[in-house]
Amino acid sequence: MSKKPIEKKEPETTGHEWDGIQEFNNPLPRWWVWVFYLTIIWGVWYTIAYPAWPLIKGATAGYMGYSTRAEVAAEIDRFTALNGELEAQLASADITTLEQGTDLHNYAIQSGRATFATFCSQCHGSGAAGNVGYPNLLDNDWLWGGTIEDIQLTLQHGIRSEDDADTRYSEMPAFGDDYLSDEEITQVVNYVMSLSPVTKPDADMALAAAGETVFVDNCTSCHMEDGTGDRSQGAPNLTDAIWLYGDSKEAITEIVTTGPFGVMPAWSGKLSQSQINAVSAYVHQLGGGE
Amino acid sequence: MWDYLKLAIYGLIAVMAAIAASYARDIAYQIHAILVVLIAAGLFVFSLRRVGEEKVIETGYMDGPVRVGVALTAFWGAVGFLVGTFIAFQLAFPSLNFGWAEGYLNFGRLRPLHTSAVIFAFGGTALITSSFYVVQRTSGARLWGGNLAWFVFWGYQIVILLAATGYLLGATQSKEYAEPEWYTDLWLTIVWVAYLLVFMGTLMKRKEPHIYVANWFYLSFIITIAMLHVVNNLAMPVSIFGSKSVQLFAGVQDAMTQWWYGHNAVGFFLTAGFLGMMYYFVPKQAERPVFSYKLSIIHFWALIFLYIWAGPHHLHYTALPDWASTLGMVFSVVLWMPSWGGMINGLMTLSGAWDKLRTDPVIRMMVVSIGFYGMSTFEGPMMSIRAVNSLSHYTDWTIGHVHSGALGWNGMITFGMLYFLVPKLWNRAGLYSLKLVSWHFWLATIGIVLYAASMWVTGIMEGLMWREVDAQGFLVNSFADTVAAKFPMYVVRGMGGVLFLTGALIMCYNLWMTVKRSPAAESAHDAQTAPAE
Repeated sequence: MSKKPIEKKEPETTGHEWDGIQEFNNPLPRWWVWVFYLTIIWGVWYTIAYPAWPLIKGATAGYMGYSTRAEVAAEIDRFTALNGELEAQLASADITTLEQGTDLHNYAIQSGRATFATFCSQCHGSGAAGNVGYPNLLDNDWLWGGTIEDIQLTLQHGIRSEDDADTRYSEMPAFGDDYLSDEEITQVVNYVMSLSPVTKPDADMALAAAGETVFVDNCTSCHMEDGTGDRSQGAPNLTDAIWLYGDSKEAITEIVTTGPFGVMPAWSGKLSQSQINAVSAYVHQLGGGE
Repeated sequence: MWDYLKLAIYGLIAVMAAIAASYARDIAYQIHAILVVLIAAGLFVFSLRRVGEEKVIETGYMDGPVRVGVALTAFWGAVGFLVGTFIAFQLAFPSLNFGWAEGYLNFGRLRPLHTSAVIFAFGGTALITSSFYVVQRTSGARLWGGNLAWFVFWGYQIVILLAATGYLLGATQSKEYAEPEWYTDLWLTIVWVAYLLVFMGTLMKRKEPHIYVANWFYLSFIITIAMLHVVNNLAMPVSIFGSKSVQLFAGVQDAMTQWWYGHNAVGFFLTAGFLGMMYYFVPKQAERPVFSYKLSIIHFWALIFLYIWAGPHHLHYTALPDWASTLGMVFSVVLWMPSWGGMINGLMTLSGAWDKLRTDPVIRMMVVSIGFYGMSTFEGPMMSIRAVNSLSHYTDWTIGHVHSGALGWNGMITFGMLYFLVPKLWNRAGLYSLKLVSWHFWLATIGIVLYAASMWVTGIMEGLMWREVDAQGFLVNSFADTVAAKFPMYVVRGMGGVLFLTGALIMCYNLWMTVKRSPAAESAHDAQTAPAE
């Protein structure tokens, strides 16, 4: 095979040859055999110690008494033993009077933070700073009110939720559907832009002047004559710097034309009362709570 | 007579597929039916033009399918690596899921395209090609069944075509590595039975008294894949004119069947099949005898006996009963040494030829391949341990593990096989450039290291972040926090993919130039010597 002479004594081959390939008749490496035996012995012990061999009904349980369900149950028990008392207190607490610095308050914030991270961060962001169409919960601007009771009510019943009869509900018309002409929409968009400090520089003031009439005729019942909005209807303040769906002319035109319909799920039934209380307290203390 | 029968069959298939296309209930099915019409019509015309031609009885080794197979292996490799690199960047930069291509080129559609392109198109073509070459050489016999080998070869390429287009058009039964829908599964079954016949037939008429070890591995791969494929794909089509089907098994039974299949696709496709490749090409390239015949027997039987039970380790901490999960784990750990038997036999075959590592980059590639094989077959049993799995499962660690196996072991041994075969098949004195092989070697190796290392880091990090709780037992991180934390490592992973892909493209160029430019071999290679029929 090899063209060079091999000095070391070569082991014997088996005498077979296929297309020039031969096989040495080397024994199995000892370490390989022993490690293989060890894993087999370990395997036999393990299947005696843990649930393993299927029988006609059920399976051997193993002498260690292990089961994955028991493992989960033990972890839940440990959590309950640690927090059961505070959890019960929180479920029935009047959250408006939670005192800062108490164990219960700390517990509520920690629980609220973890619950928020699991269920709310998908839309509002893991830092609660929101996203286009999903409100920022860190600022002072609240569509439906920013007291702790307002937040709690929103959590319990959701916003425009199909699953809850008591949900917070309002609907801005799609003004592009036969209500307003394209020209009128352009006018009112420029008027709305002239109300807010961030969009004012981009507004066409001539169009805005024409848009004021359109605004008065169509928008004031919810957004009020001065454009500051109405929390009882979830109608946003148009005079501040915050734009839920974006502050470009295109974004605002889109909203006026098609009408937004932001939905938040109702969480009662999905979260426990103590979790809802916890999230209310957590969101309330993020910075903008009233 | 046979000519006319063939024409009738092709014509019938074309007409039936045209009917199916017009009754089609979904776009994937319709496009597939049209593809079948085109293929059958093409074959009809091709056969019609050759009716009555004198049949030349060919003797000698049948290397036609092997030559095409070598070219297609390289091609599918490049495609699979390209899609993989692209989706790696899609994960790092989600805006690469272009809005205009939503529903066709988004991550969800491209991911199965990538996995299937690498495993079944690149790996599968490499296995069929190399097994056709190896079984002939080690049996001293021409492939059995005449043109049946061509049927197997092109039939398998049709499976790849139907699978790949199906994914992009949304035809999937949502079973990992078994995504193609019922009609593709049926076709693959036919092709696979033909493959078994060709392989067995060739072994039966071998000139050698014994069957070479590579062929044991190839045969175990062919038989087991047939069994796995049929059982895991048992399904009832909703309509004969639609792609959708309903699985026979449901719930945890379905999950268990799926991972029995999924794990043994790794075990018998990517391990046993590729060990067959290793057992031929490593001793040939090293020009050394195989280290130990005894070891090859023991590790072969231990490997195929143990592998088949290991599937439940994919379902730890699920609805699967604890006993099944324990057994899966125990068999996986006991599998460690049988897997390493192949590594020992491969590496020790090189003892006495270690100097070749300095001069022959192809040997270097094979050695690294065996090294990655050893590493991933240690990592696998370790990850199957319940406690380790509770950290590693669902994280990127799994992805890193799979890729150190797929890029390191399967990729590198296949590259070695291609570098060995091309000069032989086209009767060249040698490869066009050994320097380019060295470039390929280093780019691929560094690429794999970047890939595997970044996935270990993000995998363990995200596993730890998911389970992190504060003093009161509340979770600390949101899922989005873990995704954000992984970003830098996702970029590193993508870079690893770029290096690996670049290496593969250099290989394609080198192989092409070998065929075009390398001087012809002085004496005809054994590839050209016909065995006495």
